[in-house]
Amino acid sequence: MPSSVSSSETAGEPALDAAFFHRWLTAAAAAISREATRLTDLDSAIGDADHGSNMQRGFTAVTEALEKEPPGPPGAVLILAGRQLISKVGGASGPLYGTLLRRAGKALGDAEQVTVRQLADALRTGVDAVAQLGGAAPGDKTMLDALLPALDALATDGGSFAAASEAADKGALATVPMLARKGRASYLGERSIGHQDPGATSSALLFAALAEVASS
Amino acid sequence: MSDAEKRVGVVLVSHSAAVAESVAQLATGLAGGSTAPVTAAGGTPDGGLGTSPELVAEAAHAVDQGAGVAVLVDLGSAVLTVKALLAEGDELPPGSRLVDAPLVEGAVAAVVAASAGADVDAVARAAEEAYDYRKV
Repeated sequence: MPSSVSSSETAGEPALDAAFFHRWLTAAAAAISREATRLTDLDSAIGDADHGSNMQRGFTAVTEALEKEPPGPPGAVLILAGRQLISKVGGASGPLYGTLLRRAGKALGDAEQVTVRQLADALRTGVDAVAQLGGAAPGDKTMLDALLPALDALATDGGSFAAASEAADKGALATVPMLARKGRASYLGERSIGHQDPGATSSALLFAALAEVASS
Repeated sequence: MSDAEKRVGVVLVSHSAAVAESVAQLATGLAGGSTAPVTAAGGTPDGGLGTSPELVAEAAHAVDQGAGVAVLVDLGSAVLTVKALLAEGDELPPGSRLVDAPLVEGAVAAVVAASAGADVDAVARAAEEAYDYRKV
């Protein structure tokens, strides 16, 4: 069993191949599945109580598609996953997460292996596209409040997936006192305060899965 | 079909299949002897509330006569889904666009304009003007 993060000969930096991305998305699907009830519970407080089941349906489709098609380069794996999320989720998180992965995948191009830095840059491109699509800003109580701190942690010198995961968790927790400014939760106004954002919570799960496969 | 006979298609997207169907019926009825193709894409394939990219893409292809497709939506995931489909590049027929208009009033305006033979820009404009019609 090869290690999931192999050392690149030239840069001395870990290189991530398609198998790593495949494992990441499989771990993400498992995490979403495990936490589906919690995501839906969070969503029932301020949303329409479908985030867990929607995400589970989407990520199940992602793993099924990855099983069926031989994984191409890392970029192609993310594009395939993004397309599945856009078409299968059924809620706003479909186009949002789908756009995140698809744009990140496009940014990676055809490279057979990518560095952590390249993945961080690609994810930044994806998150920028999400911000543009949803029109949200940091502090609006959305998935961006977990994604942006995670990317900042990853971009810091010596940044790791574990640090990014920790930052995403903190970011998700920090949405509790925020007033929702986007989506259905924004109709609640002040009553959206005191609840953790479901989208920020599922975003943190994606980074937790990344940290998990990088350390295994 | 000659170019002059081609009409802009109209797709109505709502979280609810019943709302989308009813708005389609209302718009077609008020347009009077409508000739523009109108299709509803409401809810999820299993009959639940939500937005289905597959139903939206199917509806857009069903109404496409080659003159463009105006897509009107209600809110939230309907808006984001259509934007994401348009960003894909090849999911919706060429000349498809998301129209920034209220669903019910915009649908009536769009279907009337499309049935009269307006091009997709004019159909979108007619629907967008629905925002300027103040009620009080």
